[in-house]
Amino acid sequence: MPDDRTITYRAAVLEALFNEMRRDPNVILIGEDVGAAGGVFKQTEGLYMEFGAERVIDTPISEAGAFGMTVGAAMTGQRPVFEVMFGDFITLVMDQLVNQAAKVNYMSAGQFSVPLVLRTAVGIGANLGPQHSQSLHAWIAHIPGLKVVLPATPADAKGLMTAAIRDDNPVIFLEDRMLYNMRGKVPLSEHFVSIGSAEVKRPGDDVSIIATSRMVRVALAAAELLADNNISAEVIDPRSLVPLDVDTLVASVKKTSRAVVVDGGYKQYGVTGEIAATIAEAAFDWLDAPVIRHGAANVPIPFSKSLESLVLPDAQKLAASVAELLRGSR
Amino acid sequence: MQALPAKEEAIALLRTMQLIRAFEEQVRTLFASGLIPGLVHLCAGQEAVAVGICSQLRSSDKIASNHRGHGHCLAKGADVRRLMAEIMGRRPGYGLGRGGSLHVFDAANGNLGTNGIVGGGIPLAAGAALSAKRNGRSDAAVCFFGDGALNQGLLFETMNMAAIWKLPVIFVCEHNGYGEFTASDDVTAGGDATARGTVFDIPSDKVDGMDVLAVREAARRAAARARNGEGPSFLVCATYRFGGHHVGDKQGYKIAAEAMAWRRKDPIERLSHQLLDAKVVTSEMLAKLVQTVEAEVRDAVEFARAAPVPDPHDLELHLHA
Repeated sequence: MPDDRTITYRAAVLEALFNEMRRDPNVILIGEDVGAAGGVFKQTEGLYMEFGAERVIDTPISEAGAFGMTVGAAMTGQRPVFEVMFGDFITLVMDQLVNQAAKVNYMSAGQFSVPLVLRTAVGIGANLGPQHSQSLHAWIAHIPGLKVVLPATPADAKGLMTAAIRDDNPVIFLEDRMLYNMRGKVPLSEHFVSIGSAEVKRPGDDVSIIATSRMVRVALAAAELLADNNISAEVIDPRSLVPLDVDTLVASVKKTSRAVVVDGGYKQYGVTGEIAATIAEAAFDWLDAPVIRHGAANVPIPFSKSLESLVLPDAQKLAASVAELLRGSR
Repeated sequence: MQALPAKEEAIALLRTMQLIRAFEEQVRTLFASGLIPGLVHLCAGQEAVAVGICSQLRSSDKIASNHRGHGHCLAKGADVRRLMAEIMGRRPGYGLGRGGSLHVFDAANGNLGTNGIVGGGIPLAAGAALSAKRNGRSDAAVCFFGDGALNQGLLFETMNMAAIWKLPVIFVCEHNGYGEFTASDDVTAGGDATARGTVFDIPSDKVDGMDVLAVREAARRAAARARNGEGPSFLVCATYRFGGHHVGDKQGYKIAAEAMAWRRKDPIERLSHQLLDAKVVTSEMLAKLVQTVEAEVRDAVEFARAAPVPDPHDLELHLHA
């Protein structure tokens, strides 16, 4: 793009918020410490100065009630962005999300829609311990009526936040806090990425690595290591879990005949299982090997670095597992 | 005692209460005959609260109802045919028959839905109040909930935010003495329920929920506060559900004398006698009024029975906006 600049992932999301709030007076931001404080990760800095307390609303620590009000506001003309400070705290808004927001459009036969964005920071690796590190998006993706978006790059972060705010449905927007300082090229002008469009982040022929959020970066690093061993890995980022761009994933697997799925949520009953099963159903006859899954270890995320670093695969481990898969099926 | 309103309004209050009673009686019959599946929760006995509150609302004002919500829907202007069709699972219903009694939405009349989660509608109304305030409208929003919701955290969270932000929301507790099958006194600390509002500095009043005129007057004051930017109000309306938690509940937990005493406070009888005593109506006019609403409900039943059920195509319709 002609007007690309290099900015951080954090700045890219913030830029989308500024643009959309300028564009549409019904866009408001609601959350804890989002106002004068500028957000616990500086992810809302400056919004309060420009838009004031009426549109950048600091709530008490009262997630269930505040999110329930956000749903009511969305049903009556606002387009709120609600912030849950840590992804783990999504448990506190679960009833309003699952039993109200997700179902209102359906139950009311379209009389009321719920155009809101729930943004939250997730991600293992900052020594935040068992209650501040989890990625619980599999719970949310399980519920019909919600959309689930998880950008992996600064450009996608801007484009998908723009799309999420303009979407007439509840969209859950997961930001990996370990990506906040990641830098990348982002268009200065309006940037829109359709929700439900996967992207091939690196083309390849021997194996498809389907990775989400921060795991895309790990997968790209693994692909570099594999290239040194003459293994050509294709890295695909679904960018949203609901809707899932099945066609792009399946087309890749039909080309490479092998698939590895990597996600930052718990492995058990998780996103990786859903994607692996989807591939198996759609492309079983093309597969030369079982679909391999990597997710967070099925344990509470430990505080101490020595253990926390074992929870997710790094590029070396991922590359080794892909090489192993290739050895067995070439 | 409240002075009677003008004749036309007084008759309208009575008529709406009678319509709700007739509607609920029909629903009970239809449930017994298997034409309504699932669970239904009737509000017979509680009509004065829905009617008294909604008499002070306009169609742009919002309400969030609860599981015992047919009365709220009708008092806020719902079409009797479409409401009955929804409860019977028929396609002309408000949600194409996919929501049922617990999920009736009526956007044209400002109804944010009946609700299957106890207390679930409370923050929705506050959110609607936030919208009204942001848009500079003088609209109010009402949440109706039972005493069963008095111990839900959502109520406290929402009251706190409504108070700090002076939202135009009216919290209406229909205190019928029971949360599902359990006497609320057995499970509720803090004495008088109004204390739950006063602790947040929300003006909180006890109201005779069997007297539609008392409810109407309380609603008038609360709506004026909301429209004038003075913030939320809390009304605790003492009432009684003549039936059980849902149709089919044997009500073994109720005391017969208590039920009898509340029956004698029937809000429809009460207003009828007031209007007769004041010679606003004659007994012939009252009988005619009852016939009219019963015919209206019978028509709705016939409409719904003849109506189609949802198509297979409707299964995934409206999953997303």
